[in-house]
Amino acid sequence: MNRDELRAVILEELSCIAPDIDSDTLDDQARLRDEYDLDSMDALNLLAALHKRVGVNIPEADYARMHSVSQLLDYLEPRVAR
Amino acid sequence: MSEFLMPSLGADMEAGTLIEWQVQPGDRVDKGQVIAVVETSKGAIDVEVFEGGVVEELYVDPDTKVPVGTPLARIGSGEQMVMERSEPESEPEPEPEPKPEPKPVPEPRPSTGKAPPGIRRTVGTPRMRASPAARRRARERGIDLAALTGSGPDGAIILKDVEDAPFREAERKPAAGEFDPDAMREAIAAAMTRSKREIPHYYLANTVDLHVAEAWLEDYNRDQPPESRLLMAALFMKAAARALERYPALNGHYTGTGFTPSEQINLGMAIHLRAGGLVAPAVLDAATLSLPELMLRLQDLVKRARSRGLRASEIGGATATVTALGGRGVDTVFGVIHPPQVAMIGVGRVRPRPLVVGDALAIRPAVDVSLAADHRVCDGHMGALFLNEIDSQLQQPEAL
Repeated sequence: MNRDELRAVILEELSCIAPDIDSDTLDDQARLRDEYDLDSMDALNLLAALHKRVGVNIPEADYARMHSVSQLLDYLEPRVAR
Repeated sequence: MSEFLMPSLGADMEAGTLIEWQVQPGDRVDKGQVIAVVETSKGAIDVEVFEGGVVEELYVDPDTKVPVGTPLARIGSGEQMVMERSEPESEPEPEPEPKPEPKPVPEPRPSTGKAPPGIRRTVGTPRMRASPAARRRARERGIDLAALTGSGPDGAIILKDVEDAPFREAERKPAAGEFDPDAMREAIAAAMTRSKREIPHYYLANTVDLHVAEAWLEDYNRDQPPESRLLMAALFMKAAARALERYPALNGHYTGTGFTPSEQINLGMAIHLRAGGLVAPAVLDAATLSLPELMLRLQDLVKRARSRGLRASEIGGATATVTALGGRGVDTVFGVIHPPQVAMIGVGRVRPRPLVVGDALAIRPAVDVSLAADHRVCDGHMGALFLNEIDSQLQQPEAL
């Protein structure tokens, strides 16, 4: 799975959690919590969905550092089975 | 004799819904007395009568929407009393006094130039047979009685029918389950207006040290995959449910007959909807659930709340509610009680704060937990004990 495919998966799962987010105009650098109003339950649901879809279990200690789509991609890309 | 009309409550108001009569035919009323409650886009409004006398006839049934200026009742000397009351009450009520000799329905009524004769048959929707409790609950849920099938005597709609109604099908505007922010705003307005009108709130708050709870949670979550992790919200809910178990005067419903505590703790959780508005569905029997079970229920409720898949029992079943404004919120939230409940527990944002620990200052994760409670049912003393019980519960997270 390359970065673009990975990004598509993240956006798809994000839109399940927050259908009002427009994938076309989403800013990869924006902080999801502040710009897109994701709360802790949304964030947890996103991680659970990504665990299921791409098989990467992001530990709690790490996800505190992931604030944007771009940071998620940086974390997931080297860990996804190719 | 005078006609009591649907009032104009603002220039933009064209029609209003009569939601409650506070009088019955035969009642003597004084000038300025509130005799009806009318729902408008601004919420539920008490309506007073401008002239004293005897209520001779109610023309319009509750839950009927009529244009401004429509006669709702006739106030007179009592001589033109109508004997028949169409509303079958579920409970026997004392005979209205004094009851003059009944006369046949006075139609056509003496011409006042305001209302054509026979208006009774032309206003509003056909009369729905429903118990007062069912009507009240349907109003709270924003459920259209016409969409329900009654299982009571003669097909009358009873409370259970309203409770069992699937929310999606029974939405006020059944546009294929489509979210209607205006209707939700109206429903919130009606419930909150009623709350502030009827419930004498008292408010208390307490800062809780979450040092132990946070360390426990971190430890618990370390080896769990994301789908099995817990959030602090689950600990708050469980601690609140436990404390409600110990203080039943905060858990139940206050209705016309007073307060009835509930044995089961159906703990509502206020959920902010991304499209606007909020709902507060209940986690049924929350005190009996383990933390992982409770967490799954919370996730499920949030998901279904946002996809409009909630059930009426969840929407109306809460016996107390927790509201948390989340990480981006504020330190302290004082809630508005959702009638007929009697307590709203507010949870602020968890953040590091300077706390006195022993005889030194320490930086600890902490949260303000508040209580808004109904003073008709209990006093601040009990509320304070209740908040301290939540604190104690959160100091032993492993036991939750």
